[in-house]
Amino acid sequence: MSTMAQALNDGWVVAQRNLIKIVRVPEILVFVLLSPIMFVLLFAYVFGGAIETPGVNYREWLIAGIFGQTIVFGATFTGAGLAEDMQKGIIDRFRSLPMSNSAVLVGRTASDVVYNVLSLVIMALTGLLVGWRIREGFLDALAGFALLLVFGYAISWVMAWVGLMVPSVEVINNASFMVIMPLTFISNAFVPTESFNKVLKPVVEWNPVSAVTQASRDLFGNTGVGPGSDAWSLQHPVAYTLIWVVAIIVVFAPLSVRQYRLSTSK
Amino acid sequence: MSEPMIRATGLVKRYQDVEALAGLDLTVPEGKVLALLGPNGAGKTTAVRCLTTLLRPDGGTASVAGIDVLADPAGAKAKIGLSGQYAAVDEHLTAYENLVMIGRLYHLGRQRARVRAEELLERFDLTEFASRPTKTYSGGQRRRLDLACALVAAPPVIVLDEPTTGLDPRSRQLMWDVIRELVTDGATLLLTTQYLEEADVLADDIVVIDHGREIAHGTADELKAQTGGQRIEVVLTSAADTDAASRVLNEFAVGEVQVSGNGRELAAAVGDEAAADLLRVLQGFERDAVKVLDVGLRRPTLDDVFLSLTGHESTETTGAEQ
Repeated sequence: MSTMAQALNDGWVVAQRNLIKIVRVPEILVFVLLSPIMFVLLFAYVFGGAIETPGVNYREWLIAGIFGQTIVFGATFTGAGLAEDMQKGIIDRFRSLPMSNSAVLVGRTASDVVYNVLSLVIMALTGLLVGWRIREGFLDALAGFALLLVFGYAISWVMAWVGLMVPSVEVINNASFMVIMPLTFISNAFVPTESFNKVLKPVVEWNPVSAVTQASRDLFGNTGVGPGSDAWSLQHPVAYTLIWVVAIIVVFAPLSVRQYRLSTSK
Repeated sequence: MSEPMIRATGLVKRYQDVEALAGLDLTVPEGKVLALLGPNGAGKTTAVRCLTTLLRPDGGTASVAGIDVLADPAGAKAKIGLSGQYAAVDEHLTAYENLVMIGRLYHLGRQRARVRAEELLERFDLTEFASRPTKTYSGGQRRRLDLACALVAAPPVIVLDEPTTGLDPRSRQLMWDVIRELVTDGATLLLTTQYLEEADVLADDIVVIDHGREIAHGTADELKAQTGGQRIEVVLTSAADTDAASRVLNEFAVGEVQVSGNGRELAAAVGDEAAADLLRVLQGFERDAVKVLDVGLRRPTLDDVFLSLTGHESTETTGAEQ
């Protein structure tokens, strides 16, 4: 087997192992399936009447933001899962096998894409119940979902790297909360760009979470009158998102593999 | 002479200012069992991790089945089955799923991995629980599964790090039976243990280590010979007979007769004719009307050996081991 084929095979075996846990570990089920439903309902009904979105119903406009936020939050799962594995004996077993060095990471990030697919399906169905509609073509909508998944996959690699550096699962959950909350709230996920003040507005405009939200919002046809910003990042949100995706993976995949080697050879 | 299956030369590993390994040499010929014996913190696990490519030593060389573990770790891994001190199995997966996963990571292919998993479950008496997640298993079952995991690729070299630590006596006996079978099948084995009895029962050759270096090396018999011959041990019915018993023992003892605090337990090392001496001691007790509860001839245990080699009890902990 070539090195590449072997890395893919090993990654796939590890991914299957992670997927088995969806049905065995109830916490995962809650995290992947129930919390997204809660997010949709909370935001739709709590903020539903309070926020003005010109040209479009807020609930419809909001759903893409919730998708974006959940995808980013979901990446925490990658870090927590790895941090947990590193504390358990199973990592010694993996290390004693003649398997690819990247397999544990490739497998983890891949199985988390499946978790994200499940989350998106559940959220989309809940969204449809509360009034969300796809107003562009079916293929456009699919492209929107695909872009969200690709973005989530990239963030997974960041969290993988963090997960390998922290001493415990609790630390990663708290640490990522500190980063992810501002990242998702200082974006156009929940409120329109034009409602931010002068200082925060550029941050919102160039925040990749805004871009992925704007891109999927456009592709679902929920934008209303427009992004409310002239920034290049929001005028070309698909391109801007993809630039981030590539940059993150190019930087964090090798960093994570390196960190994996280091932290397992202590 | 053919190349030994396991060879380590001058292994050194430092953690900050602690030398976990201070120049350790190990040699295990094909089909033999070497026990690495030492207290907690002696460097046993560090040595195992260096040999199995999990840890890079700061100095020295090591090879397994002729493959240099530093130059070709992947090649060496394919030859080694490792079962560690803590069962390295996934607790949410069943025994069967664990074994199939490992088979596939050894690149056996899906079909062969499944067949091999069934074989190993059968052999290790795990079939009954094979479809339950391993977190429901007892310590002994988990350890057996871990050993089964180590054997998935039928490796020529098996390394067991404290295979019975924490097991109850029955599970330990089961584990010993399994280990003996492996040797019968021709595997070369390195095992670490803090149980002196275990090394005696399982190993052809014993290396005693302390503070990361070898302090003695030999067969169990050779090591025992270092602490002198056999001992006669007596338990008296009453302390009233202590002096009389001590006089009788003194006629045959090599060195001093040891008397316990309560005066009822006596022990004396004897010469080459231990059995004849025992008979004469009993005749002496009969003559002097010494009443005994228990009399026996005992060979020195490896505990005695350890004590005389290191000057401290084998249970003492010194911390350097991770």
